[in-house]
Amino acid sequence: MKAKTILGSLDADLTAQVVSRRGALAKSGKMAGALALASMPVAFGLMAKSAFAQAGGLPQGIIDVLNFALTLEYLEDEFYRSGLNAGVIPADALPIFQTISAHEAAHVALLTGAISSGGGTPATKPNFDFTAGGTFPNPFTDYPTFQALSQGFEDTGVRAYKGQATALMANDDILTTALQIHSVEARHASAVRRLRGQKGWITGNQSGIASAAVQPIYNGEENTTQGVPGIDTAQFGTADSASEAFDEPLTKDQVLAIATPFIVA
Amino acid sequence: MELNFLDGLARSTSRRNFLQWSGITIAVAAVGCSDNNTGPSPATTVDLGSGDTGILNYAYALEQLEAAFYTQVVASFYAGASAGEQTILTDIKSHEVIHRDFLKAALGSAAIADLAVDFTSITFTDRSSVLGAAKAFEDLGVSAYNGAGKLLTNPDYLVLAGKIVSVEARHAAAIRDLLQANSFAGSDVVNANGLDQAKAPSEVLTAADVYITTTVTANNLPTT
Repeated sequence: MKAKTILGSLDADLTAQVVSRRGALAKSGKMAGALALASMPVAFGLMAKSAFAQAGGLPQGIIDVLNFALTLEYLEDEFYRSGLNAGVIPADALPIFQTISAHEAAHVALLTGAISSGGGTPATKPNFDFTAGGTFPNPFTDYPTFQALSQGFEDTGVRAYKGQATALMANDDILTTALQIHSVEARHASAVRRLRGQKGWITGNQSGIASAAVQPIYNGEENTTQGVPGIDTAQFGTADSASEAFDEPLTKDQVLAIATPFIVA
Repeated sequence: MELNFLDGLARSTSRRNFLQWSGITIAVAAVGCSDNNTGPSPATTVDLGSGDTGILNYAYALEQLEAAFYTQVVASFYAGASAGEQTILTDIKSHEVIHRDFLKAALGSAAIADLAVDFTSITFTDRSSVLGAAKAFEDLGVSAYNGAGKLLTNPDYLVLAGKIVSVEARHAAAIRDLLQANSFAGSDVVNANGLDQAKAPSEVLTAADVYITTTVTANNLPTT
């Protein structure tokens, strides 16, 4: 079972979280939840509380979001493994991409395990075409192309997870896990952007990539109106700094429109 | 599904048990000079409140701390700060000031008073001291927002927190790489499952306490 992989790599941080979670549950009087947690392996407790606490496993809506995330993680995971295998990355940048690659592989394992233990069926890994039908020739022999795609995938990942957060509010543990992935994608994005000579943050809707094909990844990032009815955050700085200070979400459809050219079947 | 931001805020404010605020003295007497933030004078004691408002005030407290720190960093850079480092720190200062001022505006009358800060443990003339503190603030901010997401009930606020936390993570990565190459997502903050840290408000406030003179109480924040 996939979840055993997660269990095997469980570290002290996760254990501490689960322990504190149990404390919180007990304090709030949700004894059924606390007992369920106490009697299951810790990784299951973290990722699949609902699967055990609610008959029937995770709600389909949450499974769907996790599978959506899994598909994006498949894409990133294969992209970095392919890049590392192809030798396109110069030696001085290898540690950065090795770190990122390890995280994406871990995300695939984590999401697969969560979906399975939540009663869902993990999406199968698509076949990818990282040239996007020839739009990005030679992603694994031309380093600038590889870097640019990496930046685009990471910035997309940040926006994608952000856009799905509200769909996970029914399950605190899965929401928190998604947020913990989300900020790691942002760390990746910042590092890759800086490696490319960009700022770690996004100014306006500028991609910093010489291809109009990536523009949908950045459209909307220029937003400076936060909250509803809205406060123009440019008043607290400049339009540029205000756009940098808030990353913007993308809907599932917007993300799929970005990812689909890289998916063959 | 989009709830009115300010309406939601007003609701959670009016829901707040008035008794929770009794016995809490929000000092109106200035205890020292603050930054150029126009608003209430620095307080000796503040309570963050309850519900979503409490969580937003918690975020506002952390952003006040970060904004005050970077304002001081940028006012007089440490010796040998490169042009690239100055640009990064100036950008981050702008972002944190915007986060702070935005949250204050969004919270309106529910906003906590200005916090009095204490940065005497930081040597602002020393690169490693400044960047070490910046790293601590950014990583702490990331873990705080990650841990607070589940405590929010209004989806608009969750998205808002998400918009801020990824920028804090971008900051953290940049600062960390200034200190040590390839530490942007080091194993001290990202575990073997590829997960960043998520901390409860109590843990975060304990870590932040050394930098805050004001007594911040958070006894009424949601815990689940």
